[in-house]
Amino acid sequence: MARSVTTQRKSLNTFIAWTIGLLIFFPILWTILTSFKTEAQAIADPPVWFFFDWTLENYRVVQERSNYNRFLWNSIIIAGGSTILGMIIAIPAAWSMAFVPSRRTKDILLWMLSTKMLPAVGVLYPIYLIFIQLGLLDTRIGLTIVLMLINLPIMVWMLYTYFKEIPGEILEAARMDGAGLKEEILYVLTPMAIPGIASTVLLNIILAWNEAFWTLNLTAARAAPLTAFIASYSSPEGLFYAKLSAASTMAIAPILILGWFSQKQLVRGLTFGAVK
Amino acid sequence: MGQIVLEQVTKSFGDVTVIPPLDLIIEDGEFTVFVGPSGCGKSTLLRLIAGLEDVTSGEIRIDGTPSATTPPAKRGLAMVFQSYALYPHMTVRKNIAFPLRMAGLDRAEQDRRVEQAAAVLNLTDYLDRRPGQLSGGQRQRVAIGRAIVREPAAFLFDEPLSNLDAALRVGMRLEISELHNRLKTTMIYVTHDQVEAMTMADKIVVLRAGHIEQVGSPLELYKAPRNLFVAGFIGSPRMNLIGGAEAAKHNATTIGIRPEHISISAEEGAWSGVVGVSEHLGSDTFFHVQDTGLAETVTVRADGEVNFRHGDRIYLTPREERLHRFDEQGLRIA
Repeated sequence: MARSVTTQRKSLNTFIAWTIGLLIFFPILWTILTSFKTEAQAIADPPVWFFFDWTLENYRVVQERSNYNRFLWNSIIIAGGSTILGMIIAIPAAWSMAFVPSRRTKDILLWMLSTKMLPAVGVLYPIYLIFIQLGLLDTRIGLTIVLMLINLPIMVWMLYTYFKEIPGEILEAARMDGAGLKEEILYVLTPMAIPGIASTVLLNIILAWNEAFWTLNLTAARAAPLTAFIASYSSPEGLFYAKLSAASTMAIAPILILGWFSQKQLVRGLTFGAVK
Repeated sequence: MGQIVLEQVTKSFGDVTVIPPLDLIIEDGEFTVFVGPSGCGKSTLLRLIAGLEDVTSGEIRIDGTPSATTPPAKRGLAMVFQSYALYPHMTVRKNIAFPLRMAGLDRAEQDRRVEQAAAVLNLTDYLDRRPGQLSGGQRQRVAIGRAIVREPAAFLFDEPLSNLDAALRVGMRLEISELHNRLKTTMIYVTHDQVEAMTMADKIVVLRAGHIEQVGSPLELYKAPRNLFVAGFIGSPRMNLIGGAEAAKHNATTIGIRPEHISISAEEGAWSGVVGVSEHLGSDTFFHVQDTGLAETVTVRADGEVNFRHGDRIYLTPREERLHRFDEQGLRIA
């Protein structure tokens, strides 16, 4: 009896999980489906699901109208650059807070996180003005710096929780075994920290890739990444849903593929430290 | 070789003094056990010797070399941690070889010493596994292997057996004692378990709140505890401590008598009481006797064959020559 109850519970849980999963995934699926429809089918009412005339027309038009590769390249530079730059700052910061904590370490961590609670639009004006002054508007370097700063608190927090998990006794053992600071970092700490660093890098590439507020507001043409590429298809005069969907699909495809192949690392990264 | 001398060593964390000025000599080749209740400073003392904590003041000499400011890597000591502290990303072979690699030994010599240590510790079949694939006892052996390959001046053990189950602990206790007999290297062993201290040590250092309460061989501590604390701490079950009129009869504030030094009878004796809980170990039985008017309970060891039941009235007679007398400061009266 008890057994059948647990089986029922299990199938109920599976059902709920799938429902939620599909609900979350549905907009992406619909975007991808729409990108293969004609404009007429895209706005058809009632909507057509799978039985329409599959076409690559939208992709051809999108490719013709705008230079996808340039946007893609900007996205890669901005997402990759901000992640690398962020890691250069976040690793030593998290490192020192995890291994040589001071009385104020917890406060500093909270203060950093509190900057994420500020609505981004609140600092748009000052940053916009600073960018004009420094001539950083619509440059890849400017955007890289801003995205790095936006994501830095999350990077430091994630790395901090990872480094915290490395038991201090192992480092002491290395010291007793004759390792100096250099050997300790090279042979013991780094190998143990690499999974944590990898998850943090992955998450930050994704966050930076998808960041739209700053990329849209601080770029015009030269430094515009894929988010701006999508936005350029939601023009005020008449929406072209199918073309917009094609552009969106092209923009999210690289990160979707990256996310798919690294899901194990990502889940570990996001839930790490939650359960010990 | 490994004589370790501590001179006026102190340690404070902020305003809190953990170790007040302390002097201690650990002779070369000696198996010394630091024992005391948790928070007594025994681990801190070990970590000061290891160099993992800096002394606040005082001098530590290892082999006559002043070492209080030498980094741990240069002290020539090896340490075995309570959590084993193995490198999870390295195989057993690499774990054991790590100190040799740090010392810059060539590969052939590293391999030779690792094989040798593995043979001694029954780890040969596990050399290519990672720590995560080993049992607790095997991990502890790897930790010991990592310590012995480098032939240190002294071994430091920080509660190495407390994560193991009871049966394994007894086995590892013997293995460590055998290792000491074979290597004849100085060993300092920290534990809160007085049974480990009694069975393994050449010399026991009993600590309380950073103070050394007594230093001596296990039997010295057992036979002549210097004060009430040591009397209560060493020996299992605990010594019975009795105050009041009974102690006054012996010109003392407190008298102590160990459970094994009281004879038990159904008919007559110096004291009388009622059997409370009985613990039958097979070879021995411990009776916890109540209503004696001396202390809350008096523990008595009897032969395993002696059979009293809960509630039986019995009579106890302490062996006079085994009575310990303590004055009002809790110090032993000679």
